[in-house]
Amino acid sequence: MSAYSVTEPSKTSKWAAALLVTLYTVITLLPLVWIISTSFKTGPDSISYPPKVFFDPTVEGYVNLFTTRTRPAVSELEALPPPEGLMEEIARRQGTIITGPSRFGERFMNSVIIGFGSTALSIILGTLAAYAFSRFKVPLKDDLLFFILSTRMMPPIAVAIPIYLMYRELGLSDTHLGMILLYTAVNISLAVWLLKGFIDEIPREYEEAALIDGYTRFQAFRKVVLPQAATGIASTAIFCLIFAWNEYAFAVLLTSGNAQTAPPFIPTIIGVGGQDWPAVAAGATLFLLPVMIFTILLRKHLLRGITFGAVRK
Amino acid sequence: MANPIDIAARGTPPTLARKVRGLSDRAIAWIFVAPTIFLLLAINIFPLIWTIRLSFTNYAANKPNAEVKWVGLRNYERILTDEDIWSNMTTTAHFLIWTIFFQVLIGFTLAWLINRKFKGNDILTTLIVLPMMLSPAVVGNFWTFLYQPQIGVVNYIVEFFTGIPAASFSMLGPGGLAPWSIVIVDTWMWTPFVMLICLAGLRSIPDYIYEAAEVDRASKWRQFWTITVPMVLPFLMLAVLFRGIENFKMFDMVNLLTGGGPGSETLLTSIDLKREAFEKWRTGYSSAYAIILFVTVFGLASIYVKALNKVKER
Repeated sequence: MSAYSVTEPSKTSKWAAALLVTLYTVITLLPLVWIISTSFKTGPDSISYPPKVFFDPTVEGYVNLFTTRTRPAVSELEALPPPEGLMEEIARRQGTIITGPSRFGERFMNSVIIGFGSTALSIILGTLAAYAFSRFKVPLKDDLLFFILSTRMMPPIAVAIPIYLMYRELGLSDTHLGMILLYTAVNISLAVWLLKGFIDEIPREYEEAALIDGYTRFQAFRKVVLPQAATGIASTAIFCLIFAWNEYAFAVLLTSGNAQTAPPFIPTIIGVGGQDWPAVAAGATLFLLPVMIFTILLRKHLLRGITFGAVRK
Repeated sequence: MANPIDIAARGTPPTLARKVRGLSDRAIAWIFVAPTIFLLLAINIFPLIWTIRLSFTNYAANKPNAEVKWVGLRNYERILTDEDIWSNMTTTAHFLIWTIFFQVLIGFTLAWLINRKFKGNDILTTLIVLPMMLSPAVVGNFWTFLYQPQIGVVNYIVEFFTGIPAASFSMLGPGGLAPWSIVIVDTWMWTPFVMLICLAGLRSIPDYIYEAAEVDRASKWRQFWTITVPMVLPFLMLAVLFRGIENFKMFDMVNLLTGGGPGSETLLTSIDLKREAFEKWRTGYSSAYAIILFVTVFGLASIYVKALNKVKER
């Protein structure tokens, strides 16, 4: 006879639960599926009614995302030499000609530079501070840790007013450096809290053994603690990166021409005559996909990251 | 009598040996913590103090050369007696209460179902979590497409299931639906957050408690209310704290979905603050506004954390 456990749910209840959760998953993923599918539609297909579930896929949206185009008169278009290259051909099919690259590539690169820059800085500063908070008697430790956390409670717009004035004085407005520093300041609370949790879990004995072997504190930190904390550091880094990647309020208020990132840019993508939804969807798809992949990689540490380390599994 | 060698060894604590070799622990601690504190002072605290100072003036950031007058508490007085601002506070409270209500309800139910440990529950959990990790701005912008009047997918689905003609209502337009439309998008994004935390709570309950209850012949219903709910409550309250603070600050998603409209139906305080500060350029006035918001969120959060700690202690 098999062992009977009172806490093991019955087979029927498992089935019912699986069914309901699957249903929820399907519904919750629909908007994301819709974004991705819209990015492969033609303009008219994207706004047809009833909405098209089946359609001929095209990369028009992606071509439009990366180019600017004009719509010449039909006679003018016919007089042109045959299109060169795939991009030009796809633009012609919509009755347009490519006049140059769009700013999407630039904005995307800004997101990458600012995202990675602020992540690197947050991790370096955060690891040092977290190590000190974890291992040493820092005066007013709890107050400092709470202070670090409380900086997250300020509404971004409230912080943006003085930052705007300060950056204008310092010449940091609309610069990559300015945004990197700002995102680092926002992310550092997350980095310190998460990393402190990870470092707390490394037994002190390893370091003490190293110290007895003649390592200095700093060597012990570098050669013993850092390698042990590598997973924690990596997942903290991904959380910081995702935050900086997704951030909108500061970006829209403090950047314009030079250092603007993708989130404030994507909603402004306008095609020839009205909002070009396939192009917006293409931009959104390219922008959201990396985060989806990172989320799947992170799934084990997700809970910890979103609660600042308050809940661990 | 203790061995004299032992006494001598105790006389030279290991920390002394370390001090000789490198920096003292205390020095290292300060060197490690200082950059973080410095950055936060420069980019959080200094600006906060600056905001407090500006809140007592009539400064306008688009006129840096104009004479700045000290106006005392007049900005605060005007904000706290302004009926429009109280109506924005009500709008924010509506958004806050309903998003938390739905997220707790759906999030807890999902966690409770996932905790049946059926096959494949981990894959579904990962998929369910996706929306909350995405950029609220980009996703919010795309929801305006799903919410388009007449031809939007949402209108189509409503017509398909209920028969209400798609052309007869508008999710973001006039008609009173907009405040609910933003609740729907926020619930869609953040239910997984509450779910994940509840799931951690459910998994923290040891099996033997249920086994003991079973021995005592407690009904499943009674087990749920006397074991499951009280044990998950501290986790749930933590989730509510996070969602509460985040949604009080809500700007990006709603700004792109409705921009506060139609009229001022979805004008959350953050969006209103952005208009005052960066469109009307009433810097002094909006600084006072910002301080009031910050004090509100900080005060509410502190009271809440006290309550949370009481629940934890039980």
